[in-house]
Amino acid sequence: MSAITSALPLPATGRVPLTLRVFAALDRKAWIALGVFLALALVVVPVLHLAVPQDSVFHVSTYAITLIGKIMCYALVAVAMDLIWGYGGILSLGHGLFFALGGYAFGMYLMRQIGRDGSYGADLPDFMVFLDWKELPWFWLGTDSFGWAAFLVLAVPAVVAFVFGYFAFRSRIKGVYFSIITQALTYAAMLLFFRNETGFGGNNGFTDFKRILGYSITAPETRLVLFGLTAIALAATLVFAAWLVKSKFGRVLTAIRDAESRVMFIGYNPLWYKLTIWVISAVLCGIAGALYVPQVGIINPSEMSAANSIEIAIWVAVGGRGTLIGPVIGAFTVNLAKSWFTVSFPEYWLFFLGLLFIVVTLMLPQGLVGLWKKIISKKQGAQA
Amino acid sequence: MKKTLLSLLLWAFGLSALAAPDPALLRQLAADDNSDKIAAIQQLATDAEPGTAKILQAMADDSLYALDDKLFVFDGENTFDAFSGEAAELPEGADTITVNNRLRGELANALAALRLFDEDRSQRLSAARELQSNVGAELAPVLAKAKASESDPQILELLTTAHAKATLQDADPAVRLAAVAALAEVKTPAVRSLLLPLTDPANEADKSVREAASQALKAIERSLAWGDTLAAVFSGLSLGSILLLAALGLAITYGVMGIINMAHGELLMIGAYTAYVTQSLFRTHFPELIDWYLPAAIPVAFFTAAAVGVLMERTVIRWLYGRTLETLLATWGLSLILIQAARVIFGAQNVEVANPSWMSGGVELLPNLILPWNRVIIIGFALFVLFLVWVLMNKTRLGMFVRAVTQNRPMAGCVGVPTARIDTMAFALGAGIAGLGGVALSQISNVGPDMGQGYIVDSFMVVVVGGVGQLAGAVWAALGLGIFSKLLEGWAGAVIAKIMILVAIIIFIQKRPQGIFALKGRFADQ
Repeated sequence: MSAITSALPLPATGRVPLTLRVFAALDRKAWIALGVFLALALVVVPVLHLAVPQDSVFHVSTYAITLIGKIMCYALVAVAMDLIWGYGGILSLGHGLFFALGGYAFGMYLMRQIGRDGSYGADLPDFMVFLDWKELPWFWLGTDSFGWAAFLVLAVPAVVAFVFGYFAFRSRIKGVYFSIITQALTYAAMLLFFRNETGFGGNNGFTDFKRILGYSITAPETRLVLFGLTAIALAATLVFAAWLVKSKFGRVLTAIRDAESRVMFIGYNPLWYKLTIWVISAVLCGIAGALYVPQVGIINPSEMSAANSIEIAIWVAVGGRGTLIGPVIGAFTVNLAKSWFTVSFPEYWLFFLGLLFIVVTLMLPQGLVGLWKKIISKKQGAQA
Repeated sequence: MKKTLLSLLLWAFGLSALAAPDPALLRQLAADDNSDKIAAIQQLATDAEPGTAKILQAMADDSLYALDDKLFVFDGENTFDAFSGEAAELPEGADTITVNNRLRGELANALAALRLFDEDRSQRLSAARELQSNVGAELAPVLAKAKASESDPQILELLTTAHAKATLQDADPAVRLAAVAALAEVKTPAVRSLLLPLTDPANEADKSVREAASQALKAIERSLAWGDTLAAVFSGLSLGSILLLAALGLAITYGVMGIINMAHGELLMIGAYTAYVTQSLFRTHFPELIDWYLPAAIPVAFFTAAAVGVLMERTVIRWLYGRTLETLLATWGLSLILIQAARVIFGAQNVEVANPSWMSGGVELLPNLILPWNRVIIIGFALFVLFLVWVLMNKTRLGMFVRAVTQNRPMAGCVGVPTARIDTMAFALGAGIAGLGGVALSQISNVGPDMGQGYIVDSFMVVVVGGVGQLAGAVWAALGLGIFSKLLEGWAGAVIAKIMILVAIIIFIQKRPQGIFALKGRFADQ
């Protein structure tokens, strides 16, 4: 505990109020960085987008806002992945599933918001008219309400993760086995969602959204609100995660990562620790998916492909596992590189990504954050 | 006495040989009305006079010309009179007789019916086969006539079926009953759909025919159900053999060495592309041996994939032993690079790998159970590869070393096993077997840069279900998964079957995390 430099001196004894503990989770520098990030996202970017004329160099384009908004959603997923992988030692290849489930849950609401403006002018979403369905399937009930959809965004990934995780962790499935069966689960779900009869639009998924809470979804103001919300969600997740990993829970979790058998012999049951972090991670992914869909404007089953889930792992690995800022840095680095490559050298993107996987695992096990720390300590060593 | 009878018969035969098609009927071929033309064609086929075939064939080829009452056959060079068969000049103004699709069908049937009287057995056989589908009541007389004169049992059987099909709509219930009885012996899906309407009083007035039809249907259903089940089991075996080929290499690298190789699917792809390259080389250099490119591709694919495997092991995997999750990520990176390399070299489109001629076609065991040769050969190939691996692992020094390193790496090193080299060799072996699997896959599925991705989840499932470190486990798991998926597919459809299998595996792993066959040991971890 003494190694953590907190912003406030904590009393040595007695119970510390939750607010103080949360506040103590980040050090002064981190709080300042977070404040700067939120100020940029909530004030500077909107002003530059709306108030600065389009031809000015300072104008932030719609493309940039969508791109950064999208990457912030990815960063949120990466933090969720880091909680389970970096701190729990469990590599999930199924986070794409939870992301997509959140996206689909919110997408249902967006589809209902289209109303009669679809190409068939019917009450039902277009793809249902196309399939000649007469009424909504039962699981679509209530999805026209924003509150219910928001609840589904949290509940569906949580329930799926709980049921799957309970049985998997109870049987003490771990390591590569766990990775492979999460991949199988995601693959099965992808096949299921590809079917038209499943009731989620098959191949095409959901798209052509018109509005959200009555506001046009393409209006610059709506985009900025979504952008800001994503930034807030990301910042809140970071604070929450920082508090979580420094709590007693977080330290037991890390102990399980490092030596599960010993933790069991001491008398802890790893099941509930793993299950809790697994469900939290899934819910965070669901939130990220729900924020992603209105900004990108489409959700389809390819979000559940094996490649997508593994890419999440590489964002975390590039940034640095077991740190909280690492996944954010990794998600931004990899995805900015991806947008640059796919525009400039589309042929070489997969080569680059493949090399990234290899180089990071072989030479940068601690990611960019680890590299940075090494450089800093070398400098300090040289000065001393 | 006998001799005179024979000569009398010969004389009668000779007399009929001299006869020619009825000129009135021939003239009717040029009639304005299509139904008149059809009536003429059918009558000509029933009479089966010599020379008819030539004229009907000419009509089907659009080379029968008519002018007033005369008919001429003009084959592009020579012209002759249709009535006398003598050479003639094609007169000015003669027009070809128009033949529409309906007429064409009638002509084809009539020509086949005429071939039923050919002296060549194979001609009669092929004609009888042709007449198994689309036979109408109008062919009944000619079929009856052919049946009476046929002596070959195989052709006779076909003719009986065709005759029964043609008389199924006869006005006389006794004839219909006889037709149903004859058809009851032929247990094919086509006959089932022919008999099905006859069980309905709306289509069939006679009660005894209805009863006979439903009896026959029941028997056919039983026989078909057998065929369907056997077909599902066979395609399950076929899928299982493919899974086995895809998973055997993985069973060595993952099961025996503990390396998660996500690029395994891409090693399959390399094998398939090797088959493609070998095929192209044969096409340009030895076109006369093109049918034998496949046996040549087998060793080439093995060594190509093994070489890529050595490269992968030496450059990447070697540094990650004991860190399985990292191996997973690094090999995924390798797979991305290999996919993109295939795209750059061969293009993003699928390439065409043809079956050699000796692999096409199949053997028909039951009317609804046909085993395609390529599937049968792949099952045999999988068994061959399995045998090879078994011999390598159990009967050779290399196999013994690999097993020793698997069981206890430090101790194996202590007694002088070169563990690092054994790792490389074992990985190369696994990669080479994947290459062999790729050659097999190239014969039954598309060959493209992404082909490997589809097999990776399945192959891991096979290894995980079978139990790590076990070849026998992989075999049982591959066959079991293959047959189960195909049986489920028949019942629930392909996608749902796949999902059910995956969910079943996930549940199975909960119950038996060590797979069907587990190495016995006492470990607190793993």
